[in-house]
Amino acid sequence: MEDLDDLALSLAVFVPLVVAAAMLLVPRDNEAAHKIMALGATLVTFAVGVLVMARFDYGRNDQLQFRVDAPWIDVINSRYLLGVDGISLPLLVLSMFVCVLVVVYSWNHFPEPHNPKAFLILILVLETGMNGTFLAQDLILFFVFFEVVLLPMYFMIGVWGGEQRQYAAIKFFLFTLFGSALMILSFLALYFQGGQTFAIQELVAVAADNIPRSTQLVIFGGLFMGFAIKVPMFPFHTWLPDAHTQAPTQGSVILAAILLKLGTYGFVRIAIPILPEAAMAWAPVIGGLAVVGIIYGALGCLAQSDMKRLIAFSSVAHMGFVMLGIATLTDFGINAAVFGMVAHGLITGMLFFVAGSVKDRFHTLELSRLGGLLLQAPRMGWILGFCAMASLGLPGLAGFWGEFPAILAAYSPADGLSEALFRTYMVIAALGTVLAAGYLLWMLQRAAFGTPKPEFAEAPIADMHWPEYVAWVPMLVLIVVLGIFPGLLFGLTDDAVGSALSSFGAGG
Amino acid sequence: MEPLFRSPAVDFHAFAPEIVLILVLVVLLFVDLVFEERGRWATSTVAGIGLLASLVPVLTLAVAGGDRSLFDGAYVVDDFALVLKGLFLVAGYVTVLISTDYVAEGDYYEGEYYFLLLSSLLGMTVMASARDLISIFVALELLSIPAYLLAGWRKRDLRGNEASLKYYLLGVFASAVMLYGMSLVFGVTGSTVLREIGDVLGAGTSAAPVVTVGIVFVVVGFGFKVSAVPFHTWAPDTYQGAPTPITAFLSVASKAAGFVALLQLVFIAFLGRDDVWAPLFWVLAALTMTVGNLIALRQTNIVRLLAYSSVAQAGFMLAPLAVAASIPAERGGIANATSAVVTYLLIYAAMNLGAFAVVMAVARKTRSGEISSYGGLFDYAPGLAVVMAVFLFALAGIPPLGGWYAKFVVFKSLLDAGTGAAVALAVVAAVNSVIALFYYASVARQMFMDPVPDGDTTRVQVPAALTASLALCAVATVAFGFFPNLVARLGDVALFGALP
Repeated sequence: MEDLDDLALSLAVFVPLVVAAAMLLVPRDNEAAHKIMALGATLVTFAVGVLVMARFDYGRNDQLQFRVDAPWIDVINSRYLLGVDGISLPLLVLSMFVCVLVVVYSWNHFPEPHNPKAFLILILVLETGMNGTFLAQDLILFFVFFEVVLLPMYFMIGVWGGEQRQYAAIKFFLFTLFGSALMILSFLALYFQGGQTFAIQELVAVAADNIPRSTQLVIFGGLFMGFAIKVPMFPFHTWLPDAHTQAPTQGSVILAAILLKLGTYGFVRIAIPILPEAAMAWAPVIGGLAVVGIIYGALGCLAQSDMKRLIAFSSVAHMGFVMLGIATLTDFGINAAVFGMVAHGLITGMLFFVAGSVKDRFHTLELSRLGGLLLQAPRMGWILGFCAMASLGLPGLAGFWGEFPAILAAYSPADGLSEALFRTYMVIAALGTVLAAGYLLWMLQRAAFGTPKPEFAEAPIADMHWPEYVAWVPMLVLIVVLGIFPGLLFGLTDDAVGSALSSFGAGG
Repeated sequence: MEPLFRSPAVDFHAFAPEIVLILVLVVLLFVDLVFEERGRWATSTVAGIGLLASLVPVLTLAVAGGDRSLFDGAYVVDDFALVLKGLFLVAGYVTVLISTDYVAEGDYYEGEYYFLLLSSLLGMTVMASARDLISIFVALELLSIPAYLLAGWRKRDLRGNEASLKYYLLGVFASAVMLYGMSLVFGVTGSTVLREIGDVLGAGTSAAPVVTVGIVFVVVGFGFKVSAVPFHTWAPDTYQGAPTPITAFLSVASKAAGFVALLQLVFIAFLGRDDVWAPLFWVLAALTMTVGNLIALRQTNIVRLLAYSSVAQAGFMLAPLAVAASIPAERGGIANATSAVVTYLLIYAAMNLGAFAVVMAVARKTRSGEISSYGGLFDYAPGLAVVMAVFLFALAGIPPLGGWYAKFVVFKSLLDAGTGAAVALAVVAAVNSVIALFYYASVARQMFMDPVPDGDTTRVQVPAALTASLALCAVATVAFGFFPNLVARLGDVALFGALP
């Protein structure tokens, strides 16, 4: 078992990539083989994740565990450094979990132009990038994994997407690349100013003392751009509705469930612990943009006529809550943010799944043409209703624990941040939850209630079939479980968040 | 009585790569002469094996280690020279691989083709060791004159004639400018050996404006060679008109040779006068990457697109030169900038040669260089499309493909310098890497997302030699990205004789 511990994280990252490479050699026509290989790869990876969860020392969740440390690029003192702690573990497992379900869902849902081989290979490459990002403890390694996801997502949107796919794909790519160009410059600046190392933990220890405050502010600005575009925060969010709307269902799910978290994770893992002073200075800006995002996203939702686009805008609003939690710089707020990431991943991922299945059946997501889903496909209709409830933050479901504590945390932000300002943010964010209830119920009403529109009245609409059951039920169960026992996740993240905030002295 | 002339002691081991190359050249001529038509098929084989054979002494020299200085420092074999000789020879080998079927199938002279190609390579290997104004000039002409001829190899094609003529006229003009500059430098310093020039200029006693003019002229001369804006105008036309393997060769090996000469001249001879060359390189780098990228955005022909992209890439390679003098010694100083440029050259060679190899493979079916002819390539030639995407996104610098590390070392050396000008250049470079993505991705878009233009989806037949070169470049490009240590070790070379 000990040997396996050393290997576990490397396996978690590279099993999907190795299988993807093997799939290149299998002829395109052999679809069954590709499906089985992809499913096998994601299942093995998930099994590794379960193993890591089982052998994780929960008493020491603020420590990096399963550490791997090997030389990588000697010349620049960058190392192959992996590790998992209480913050990365839930996100890592979420990523593995969602990838399995996405492959299962794909079983009979390959979007045009079909080609399961290429599609599944892209999903596996994405998984490598996502798992790697959550595990990397070296800035250069982090950067590489952070970028690995770009190409597969670009192709997934551009090849298998909707009408405007090419525009959406390149927009996604250019926005993110712009952010990461600034991010890598900031990483380099940290390296030079912070003691010639890229190891995150070492930087946390030394960077803040070595770097003058004015430089910290600039470096944080670069990191902020890189991560905020990925989140995405208002006003860098414009790529998101296009990408989400045009992406195939699986792409939307992965994008919403995991890719967006890479940005927020970057704040929690890198930007804030390494540059606490600058984080303090930037926090009012981040909080302000976060609440603007909440309101703007909600208003955007109300203006949408396309269900997928509506869910995409709701992501902007939800990620606003996550960023508000982060901006408070308190233990409570960041715990809420990590919870919000997981909850948003599950719930919005589910919403995109349902939207995809609705589109499969009706070939449209125009809300004005939909209606009566509860009559034609009652199970799917109920699931849509359930997810809408979870998304609007109904207590007892996971969404609540992401939003409510984030709002609460804004009541008393970290010492040194303006209480009045954050309480204003709190009020605005609270208004945002009302709007969220508004647009989600409105969507539910138009899609699921009423009677089917005449054009679909006679259409044979199938209810759920087995890949949908297999893919969705685990997510729904988790939404309920996390809603009822939020302590499962809070207990895991709490100490880790505390240690991330240790440079602030008393957290909050 | 002292004899009037004593022959210098020659270290034949140090010369071994060049000697092997000359022997191969003789064999090539012999095969072509004796066997005439019957022996044509053998010429590419002889050339390829000969290039691999000349790599052997490069390796033995590397194993033997130590810097070897010949002819009073005019000819030096150090790690820098060996790594670049290796690069030239491997790039030459890949060029032979991609030429094999192209030249054999076209109505071209084969023996002469490989003879000239290897002559040019001989010039390049000499260039890597030349640490003297005269040997640099001789090496430059030795590598350029065969290249002028090769650029016009499609002699019945008007574009081929244009390519050769433009390249020749501008090349000769650049040589003249450079030679004039060299003569000025020699006039002031009284020496042609780079190191001695460096000593005189470094002493700071010769602030004569004439030195400034000399340095500017030499840099401008090589600016043509590396196709830096505004001296790049020959490149797109020459690249488009020349046979595609020669285009690949020019854009990689010939450009690398220009950079090698620049590094040697600037870091050894002109080191003391960074007040002249640092601002010059700053402007050249910023202009080259920006103008190259902006014009590339509007290209509809794949070869012209790659031509402008290689102009833009040269801008990235010029950037470390612009800031080299401000890099503090504890961060590597000049050696830092040297290794950044060398590392970039090595990675760039793999990805650019690969991209041209795909262009050739696709042109075998489509007979076209238009980017629109790449539509739907993924449908009927998925392997080629994926490999091309690897090269393009590597050129764009997207991790985990090799190009990211090349861009990274450039950024690192810019931030190592840390001056305001250096950071400004880093920001220009960052913006440019985003612009560049747009046109690289537009080719990928054609291949993966657009329909086949003429509906012809017969498979592309890729001959074995071309496949081998594709595999070689693709493996190198991916491996450099995952394990940058491979290339970082090779790139971590210092110039013998350069100050730390």
